[in-house]
Amino acid sequence: MTTAAPPVEPASPAGRHKKGETAPLSEGARAERRLGLMLCAPAVIVMAAVTLYPVGYAIYLSLERYDLRFPNASKFVGFANYGTVLSSPIWWQAFLVTFIITIASVAVEFVLGMALAFVMHRAIVGRGLVRTFILIPYGIVTVVAAYGWKYAWTPDTGYLANLLPSGNAPLTHHVSGLAVIILAEIWKTTPFMALLLLAGMALVPEELLRAARVDGATAWQRFTKIMLPLMKPAILVALLFRTLDAFRVFDNIYVLTSGANNTRSVSILGYDNLFTALNLGVGSAVSILLFITVAILAFLFIKIFGAAAPGQEVD
Amino acid sequence: MFAAAAAAAVPVLAACGSSGGGSGRTATLNWYMFPDGSGSFATAAANCSKASNGAYTIKINVLPNDADTQRQQMVRRLAAKDSSLDILGLDVTWEAEFSEAGWILPFTGARRTAVENGTLPAAIKAAVWRNQLVAAPLNTNTQLLWYRKDLVPEPPTTWSQMVADATRLAKEGKPHYIEVQGAEYEGYTVLFNTLVASAGGSILNASSTSAQLGEPAVKAIQAIQQLAQSPAADPSWSNQHEDDNRLAFESGNAAFELNYPFIYPSALQNNPSLAKKIGWTQYPSLVAGQPSHVTIGGNDLAVSAYSKHPNQAFDAITCLRGSANQTTYAIKGGLPPTLTALYTDPALIKGGYPFAGAIYTALQNGVARPQTPAYQSVSLQISYNLSPPTSVSVGKLNTLKSRINDALNSKGLVP
Repeated sequence: MTTAAPPVEPASPAGRHKKGETAPLSEGARAERRLGLMLCAPAVIVMAAVTLYPVGYAIYLSLERYDLRFPNASKFVGFANYGTVLSSPIWWQAFLVTFIITIASVAVEFVLGMALAFVMHRAIVGRGLVRTFILIPYGIVTVVAAYGWKYAWTPDTGYLANLLPSGNAPLTHHVSGLAVIILAEIWKTTPFMALLLLAGMALVPEELLRAARVDGATAWQRFTKIMLPLMKPAILVALLFRTLDAFRVFDNIYVLTSGANNTRSVSILGYDNLFTALNLGVGSAVSILLFITVAILAFLFIKIFGAAAPGQEVD
Repeated sequence: MFAAAAAAAVPVLAACGSSGGGSGRTATLNWYMFPDGSGSFATAAANCSKASNGAYTIKINVLPNDADTQRQQMVRRLAAKDSSLDILGLDVTWEAEFSEAGWILPFTGARRTAVENGTLPAAIKAAVWRNQLVAAPLNTNTQLLWYRKDLVPEPPTTWSQMVADATRLAKEGKPHYIEVQGAEYEGYTVLFNTLVASAGGSILNASSTSAQLGEPAVKAIQAIQQLAQSPAADPSWSNQHEDDNRLAFESGNAAFELNYPFIYPSALQNNPSLAKKIGWTQYPSLVAGQPSHVTIGGNDLAVSAYSKHPNQAFDAITCLRGSANQTTYAIKGGLPPTLTALYTDPALIKGGYPFAGAIYTALQNGVARPQTPAYQSVSLQISYNLSPPTSVSVGKLNTLKSRINDALNSKGLVP
């Protein structure tokens, strides 16, 4: 998709010269391309229907005063809803909380995930068993796991809360509540990170590592100078996926604290404004701002990792 | 689109012939109702279906446990003009919102008179929006002051007295906490509403167009501060819901509790020896010599605007809130009735409602929550801006006022 497609129509000689190296397509190649486009079309149409339309509708709603409770007062308000959101301390609080959760959970997951990937990669006995065990948390439904954590950290019902001095209810305070949310996120998605990193690790040629060893490279040098650079595409994918996921965190918070004590993420804020306050205009503005933030994050990742990004030509 | 147009047309047609029940076809009415462990709703639905002689069959669709998700489920369906909803079980805080959005049909003419006859005026008032009766009161609820007769021989009548009594008990080393809702949720809004009303004011102006607050709100804040700064405040006050208060009172550390009557049957079951010492009286007042004005809760029944069988649904509601059924809900399910006559009915009083008289008095002086379609947002702003109760100050009222005005105009983010 990302390789630029030359125009299908036979280009004029002048145009062809401007394009430089692009050679004119043969009759057969053109027919093949047409077939390819036709084969893609149904999927593209379905994708457009289920993603483009809702995204477009959300953008439209975010420019309206649209509140289900006051259907007669609906009108176009331009960017007023965005002004409301961006000037509200509640939004910035939620943004900060989301940022903290993202940075903390992705950083810890990366380190732990790398360690687990090593374990899975190097396991000599019971490799299948080891991999299965490591993947169990990822296989549990997030909401189910979140309820497990919730009860565990609630005094009287939970074994973890009972380890704390009595009278401590970690889910009812800002800092400890956030810590529990981050812990639940890490527990849940480290296996996913490990799996993606394992895929990258499998691509590192064993001979290269042995050769470096013969040349006297230490284990740390072999890791930083050989493995990490070769794993760069896998690391990018793993960090990108997890950062975008973590930034949209919803279910763990919804179950654990439902956003009380300033633990609400941007997604929870959007949900509250859309489904509890029924204010589709302001709620959609929150959603669109979340969408833009995620797009910027993805863009930055690709920029920072440059050529290692998937789909980029590596010369 | 066609279905929506058809559904919208039906109520108009049906309204023309209100006696057209003899079509011979049994209508299935979907009743969306909150869960009820006692099974009294199911019994009532079966009895009413049978009594209708084939006019309708009521099918109960159980909603989720908590009020927020109940509302969300109905709102999502109604916003999509779902015609499979007929009878809706509404919390008293949703009437204005559902009516303003055009999701429920008003009770008019003879139907309105029939609902109003013999029903508590305060419960009717909560079901009226823009001079229309938009729902029929099913059950009501209100708070009383529950106290320990062994610790407090003469119950206090004012808030200051209550705090003073508790402070004295604290000095004597006896159980002394005052159990009251203080977590950041709607129950805390209810406390604020009760205090403001008891101080002679209201949160919104008469036309629900802007925040009123003023001097009574200052008094309400001072009452909260007075409790917060005394030894009578439970250390976990800022995290307590109704049920936390019940548990704390049952554990024996408290002398007072401001709560709904459900705590009494619960105490009888969990701590019978303590239950014998529980006394009840009116909620303490803020102005000496004046009664308190306690927030009225409860649930109503309404007919969906997209129902295909609105006539049968109205008839079914009449049956479901009938005297016999309300007695069952009260005795089996603990829901205080909305029919005035039942409060002097010996069957109810002996059946587990010895405090029926006190509740009746409280309901007579009761006050509705702020009536506005934006109630949810207003409530979120109140509980957010005045939390935690331990650090509340009069200075926060200005911010609160502008946030409430934003909420009324659906401006601003809700927390």
